[in-house]
Amino acid sequence: MSGRLVYLDNNATTCVAPEVRDAMLPFFTELWGNPSSMHAFGGRVARHVEEARALVAALLGADPSEIVFTSCGTESDNAAIYGTAEMFGPQAKIVTSRVEHPAVLGSCRHFQEHGHAVVELAVDGQGQLDLAGLRAAVHGGPCLVSLMWANNETGVVFPMEEIGRIVKSAGGVLHTDAVQAVGKLPVDVRRVPVDLLALSGHKLHAPKGIGALFIRRGTRLKTYMIGGHQEHGRRGGTENVPYIVGLGAAAGLAAKHLAEEQTRVARLRDRLEAGLLATCPDSRVNGDTRHRLPNTTNMSFEFIEGEAILYHLSDQGICASSGSACSSGSLEPSHVIRAMGVPFTAAHGSIRFSLSRYNTDADVDHVLAVMPGIVARLRAMSPFVPR
Amino acid sequence: MWDYTDKVLDHFRNPRNVGRVENADGTGTVGSLACGDALTLTFKLDKQGRIADVKFQTFGCASAIASSSALTEMVKGKTLAEAEKITNRDIAAFLGGLPEQKMHCSVMGREALEVAIHNYRTGETTVKHLEEKIVCTCFGVSENEILRVIRENGLTAADEVTNYCKAGGGCGGCRPQIEDLLARVKAEREALRPAAAAPRRLTNLQRMKLIEEIVARDIRPALQRDRGDVELVDVDGNRVTIAFRGMCAGCQVSEFTRRDFIEAKLRESVAPDITVVEEGKA
Repeated sequence: MSGRLVYLDNNATTCVAPEVRDAMLPFFTELWGNPSSMHAFGGRVARHVEEARALVAALLGADPSEIVFTSCGTESDNAAIYGTAEMFGPQAKIVTSRVEHPAVLGSCRHFQEHGHAVVELAVDGQGQLDLAGLRAAVHGGPCLVSLMWANNETGVVFPMEEIGRIVKSAGGVLHTDAVQAVGKLPVDVRRVPVDLLALSGHKLHAPKGIGALFIRRGTRLKTYMIGGHQEHGRRGGTENVPYIVGLGAAAGLAAKHLAEEQTRVARLRDRLEAGLLATCPDSRVNGDTRHRLPNTTNMSFEFIEGEAILYHLSDQGICASSGSACSSGSLEPSHVIRAMGVPFTAAHGSIRFSLSRYNTDADVDHVLAVMPGIVARLRAMSPFVPR
Repeated sequence: MWDYTDKVLDHFRNPRNVGRVENADGTGTVGSLACGDALTLTFKLDKQGRIADVKFQTFGCASAIASSSALTEMVKGKTLAEAEKITNRDIAAFLGGLPEQKMHCSVMGREALEVAIHNYRTGETTVKHLEEKIVCTCFGVSENEILRVIRENGLTAADEVTNYCKAGGGCGGCRPQIEDLLARVKAEREALRPAAAAPRRLTNLQRMKLIEEIVARDIRPALQRDRGDVELVDVDGNRVTIAFRGMCAGCQVSEFTRRDFIEAKLRESVAPDITVVEEGKA
């Protein structure tokens, strides 16, 4: 393996920004007090927690009182779904989609086993949501809708404003898993009528182990983590102060770099995608390219298998991921790729490249230099390639 | 990443014998694009009936490619009768082992070899028969294939069956049938057990060695726990002479130790007609 690391797996996790790390360090050394304490030493720490809350709120266009810190995106999703389902009881219907993250799909299926009616909406070949299905599903009684803002595997962005209008006009509660969207797209809860929104720190250059849940004022939610009065009683447990401060710093940076995501990062992604389509025959892009995260491309290379591609890429210092069966550890390709009806010839060879603001043109050049050779090499040993 | 051995990674990065043998004597294709891996194996025999040339084409993950490459190295120079004896465990062992979830790659190799040999002998392109019962419809795995991986690999749980041949790894609807097949093989194994325990005909040398082994492994450590001991003095046919040592020497109940423990143990493990005598007492 060459010494160089080309990291194109930012939808899996991101590097911790140096500014974030620097912001966190004092909270491991001198500022270790408990923010709930009734002394100035703890009170100083509490101020930093509130500053972080304000930064996260600002990134979303929310009020700081609407932000609850959690341990990760999965906890935020669980809290939203659990808290709403428990509040309404089993008569509440739950509407979600087939392409959600397991944190959401798994939670919904859990409540299905406990008597809730659950509707899993389909997506089309482009990964776009069946809005007619949503309109039909939200009528008739209390309802929780959980739909992702952007898909982790394909980057496809759902029309959240329209989804919000549909759900709110039917009187439903809307939760969105915005883990992939926050920091990459403008996310503004003043414009988009979501009630609950989950985000994760390590997808936007904060460390792993910190997330947040936006709870719109007035949203009724049963507390899922019972303990002290922290987070206004909405999540017990002493605050993870260094990581909360880190998330705040990352949110501030994300707001500053949001325009760059839409322009420079998107251009890098587009150059990578166009270059691969041009140099690798029988390749295609999966998902709706008109409504997509600026950093993500999900491509299929036919007749070859994703894990084999990833191992060869890794040998060249390139980190990406795949929706193939083998790399997912199961025996079937990813549920997202299958829900989109991508043919098997292409599903097993799907590769996701996800960029960040730390990527450069040189990174793209390196992938463009090695990928055609890897594809040709694996095709040369595939029994399916027409000769 | 998977915990692949260096040998797996070597065969993945530098696969041996890639391609198709021209005018092959036997061709075997198993798997499909839908299943996520597939292997075509072709071979040619020399005048002595040994595999002179063998090549593979594989669509699949790193361990599928490595298993295919390993298989070609293993069968080269073998007669078909020898090659047929290769099991999926042999392929996995050749590679220094495979992750449990990847064992199906070794099974795919063995199956392709089986089909290729069958193709050479009969001209048919599959060993599956129309009347064969398909258990896993997601991956097209037949009852016979499932029974074979259970028997050859000593599997006892449905998850293991999925790891070895994919059956049950799709919708999961066939898992009850897989459980039934596991139960059937378990019953077979139990029925066979008494036969396996039937008295073996041992040579004098084998009998002496076995007695030595049982005394060292099962008997002495048990006595030593109570600070006693025993020494094996002589073996003459079925007559075993011992001498008690430590706390056992002069123990009030050493007669019971001789008869109910040492003699009983040797009768159970070596032969039912063994007698144990204490040195100087017979």
